Amino acid sequence: MSTPYQIVVCGSIVPDPLQTLEPVAGPAGPALKNEMMLPAVLDPWAWHALFEAAHLAKGAPGSKVWLVSIAPKAKLQQVMMTVAQKAPFELVAVDGPSSGFTEAAEAAAILADAIKAIPGLDMKKLLVFGGWESASRGAGATMQIIGERLGITDQFQGVDKLTVAADGSLEILERIEGGKHQVSKCAGAPAVLGWATGNLPDPPNNPQTGMMNMRTIMPALQRAKPAKLAAEGVKFVSVTQPSQRRGTKIVKDTSPDEIAKEIVSWITGE
Amino acid sequence: MPSCFAGLEKEIGLKRLLESGPERRLHLRPPRMTTTVPCDNAFSMTAPNTEPQQPAVERQRMDVDIVCVGFGPANAGFLTTLARQLNNPDGTPRFESAVAPGMPTRVICYERADDIGFGVSGVVTRARAIRATFPDFKPDQVPMCAPVKDEKVLYLLDPIGASRRSATLRFGDAVIRALKWMLPVEREALDLPCIPPFLSKHNGLLFSLGQFNQWVGQQLMAGGAVQVWPSTPVAEPIIENESVAGVRLLDQGADKRGEPVAGFMPGMDIRAALTVVGDGPVGGVGSQLDHHFGLPPGNHARDWAVGMKMVVNLREDCELKPGMVYHTFGYPEPEIFGFLYVYPDRVASLGIFVPSWFDSPVRTSYRYLQHWILHPYLWRHLEGATLRSWGAKTLQESGRRGEPWLAGNGYARIGEGSGSTNVLTGSGVDEAWQTGVLLAEGVVELLKEKKPFTRENLEAAYVKRRRANWVDVENCIAEKSRDGFQRGVVTGLIGMFLAGISKGKLAAPGKPLRPHERLPRLEDYYRGKIPAGEIAKIRAECAAKGTSAHAALMERAGWPAIPYDGKLLVSQQDALLMGGKVRAPAGYADHVVFLYPHLCEQCGTKLCIEVCSGQAITPSPGGSVPAFDREKCIHCGACLWNCAQPLPGSPDRTNIEFRAGTGGLHSAEN
Repeated sequence: MSTPYQIVVCGSIVPDPLQTLEPVAGPAGPALKNEMMLPAVLDPWAWHALFEAAHLAKGAPGSKVWLVSIAPKAKLQQVMMTVAQKAPFELVAVDGPSSGFTEAAEAAAILADAIKAIPGLDMKKLLVFGGWESASRGAGATMQIIGERLGITDQFQGVDKLTVAADGSLEILERIEGGKHQVSKCAGAPAVLGWATGNLPDPPNNPQTGMMNMRTIMPALQRAKPAKLAAEGVKFVSVTQPSQRRGTKIVKDTSPDEIAKEIVSWITGE
Repeated sequence: MPSCFAGLEKEIGLKRLLESGPERRLHLRPPRMTTTVPCDNAFSMTAPNTEPQQPAVERQRMDVDIVCVGFGPANAGFLTTLARQLNNPDGTPRFESAVAPGMPTRVICYERADDIGFGVSGVVTRARAIRATFPDFKPDQVPMCAPVKDEKVLYLLDPIGASRRSATLRFGDAVIRALKWMLPVEREALDLPCIPPFLSKHNGLLFSLGQFNQWVGQQLMAGGAVQVWPSTPVAEPIIENESVAGVRLLDQGADKRGEPVAGFMPGMDIRAALTVVGDGPVGGVGSQLDHHFGLPPGNHARDWAVGMKMVVNLREDCELKPGMVYHTFGYPEPEIFGFLYVYPDRVASLGIFVPSWFDSPVRTSYRYLQHWILHPYLWRHLEGATLRSWGAKTLQESGRRGEPWLAGNGYARIGEGSGSTNVLTGSGVDEAWQTGVLLAEGVVELLKEKKPFTRENLEAAYVKRRRANWVDVENCIAEKSRDGFQRGVVTGLIGMFLAGISKGKLAAPGKPLRPHERLPRLEDYYRGKIPAGEIAKIRAECAAKGTSAHAALMERAGWPAIPYDGKLLVSQQDALLMGGKVRAPAGYADHVVFLYPHLCEQCGTKLCIEVCSGQAITPSPGGSVPAFDREKCIHCGACLWNCAQPLPGSPDRTNIEFRAGTGGLHSAEN
């Protein structure tokens, strides 16, 4: 008999990956130019974690998925219209910035408090999912600090696969250096899993799932309380846009080896 | 003679209403969903590229009260107006859902693009309807919005000598140049001393429709009365017993031809008492309704344009002020109109319209846009600017003459695809919005009276409202205003002027033609400029490289090469990536389909390749049917009406079918 889980996915929104970003100095520190005008998506790392959570919940009857998110309410609402058709979940929204210029410990504290406030939360069933990394924040520390604040000691980062054994124990594939995976096992929930990309494809849009999710999404957005994420005590020494070089070339009938050689020579400037 | 006066039109409108039933039956076409050969049954040729046979799959079904197709200005106006009426002042539902008794009315809108702000265009508008809906609207509520402060109409002379100008125009140009000491001529442009009142957008607004859509959508969704779902293309209407019973969503987990692959999920059937079709001029659902029910007698949509635009950051010392609007004509070809308007923070929106009556078999929007940017009058402002967004869309330029049946059993048409664009004033967004408002008012009336959404009831509640509204009254004035362009630019301009000052009582005559009736062969178009043998050689070389031929042909005909600066003047592929940010999610069928391969084989112009805004249609290696790359398509729909091959048995249709599809532009600034 499968174990029902309470799976909480932590995930914020980031600008659509195809947008051109420009850091600017704002009154409250660094910010993205025209951030509120940029279309947004759910952070791709959290996106995978959400699909893994939905997949796990589907195979464990009685399970439930929450998505806990700190983001500007209006933008989060718009992103939900794309995400909500993908997987069943209940939203827990916190109104705050999502520019990436936040401090991991502050964000983790707010997320942990939001998780603790979920009614009927049972630590014995709790799995906290999130992105190992973020498309806008590269510290990689947020999930770990959330786990510490929730008192969860079984933590796994860079997860690509989770398998639930018949006895309810969890087998987890974590990415380690050298392109290898480390296999870990733990007795079961509670655990924190910071997902890499996982193995699941994007699920198709399901309008019925969307309709069902909307029953809780809009009230959650209306309830969303403002979060103080001022990055106090943090000093941003410099913020720059990564330099980029562009080159477009159309090739046909070229072998992968030749393409690889050409890319290497282009990168190295030879 | 004018086409219609207000009073006469009312009479015609009523006559249409009275006669619409039997006439509709005369215009029936087999629906795409139930036929494999998309032409008259009398034509027996097989069509290998039509839809694959639909496997007998079990489809999920969801019932709602009202389903809307497309979240453009029309459905935004419809949903905004309707949502305000669905609840009582105390917040309780005003109407009960027929499909979920005890629950509020279920209203859902499906949008094809990946977000509600994607794939739309900018606008300069009088904003009468939008301001009526939002009486307290302030431009600073929406990013990239500004009041119109100043307008200029500019006639651009040809500084290069490469454009194709008639003798009349050449004479006019010579006179302007000779008298430039006494005329307002500056940098090869004549600043017209006054703007005809029908063209003026005085006291209007200019804004990014992408940003405006986001603003409206956020308010709608926060209200909770209606739902808008992006990234959800609608494949087709569900037609039963000549009534529309809802829509079918696009299959997911399919290959290019629509065949099921891993993760196949058949498109769900969304059943609704009312289907509101506002999917634009090339929308899949609207097109299929047109094919099935035909257009009212005498109506046809043969005039089109592709509008291509850029949003740019102007250089620091640029003198253009927010609210400045330029309308241009005369260059790079006399038939091409241009626009430039300036938002706050040194951001500008600029672009051109390439109309279907510009009889060039190499009418490329992108290349012409670059030449337009480089015109000396504009380049002084644009030099040093940086591209931040780019896109294109088809405009239905037939206006009221392209109007389909506005209502039928279970459905209503609104917006540009319903013929609402005013072709005299060059205004479409505000008109589209107003048609949505009018439908919403009619729907509320029917809900109050508990009347079903039958053709008769919708005609009484919606069509009658529309006929009496300024949208229709002004469109009657505009109906023949552009006919003169069929005979040339000068005749067209005179016709517009006459129609404008006479309120539609006068217009220059002209008969809109289908593409195959008017497009010259390349050899004829370039006669006297490029020998036929050289044209063949250039085309063969370009085909071997898998590229379109317009750049090589234009340069051979005298157009200079574009001096790429990597910022504003970039290759078309770079514009896709830097400005359009184009994407196409996997798992969906191709939405551009060449129906009969043999027609492509015998096509001499291959205009679909030349005109493609994203270079998504290219010569096929080793074949005559062009190749289509969905990952480059920006869904402008230009291929649909630029195809020079008529569909056998349906000459108003072409050999290209433009179906519902996902992806496209990922910029919300257009």
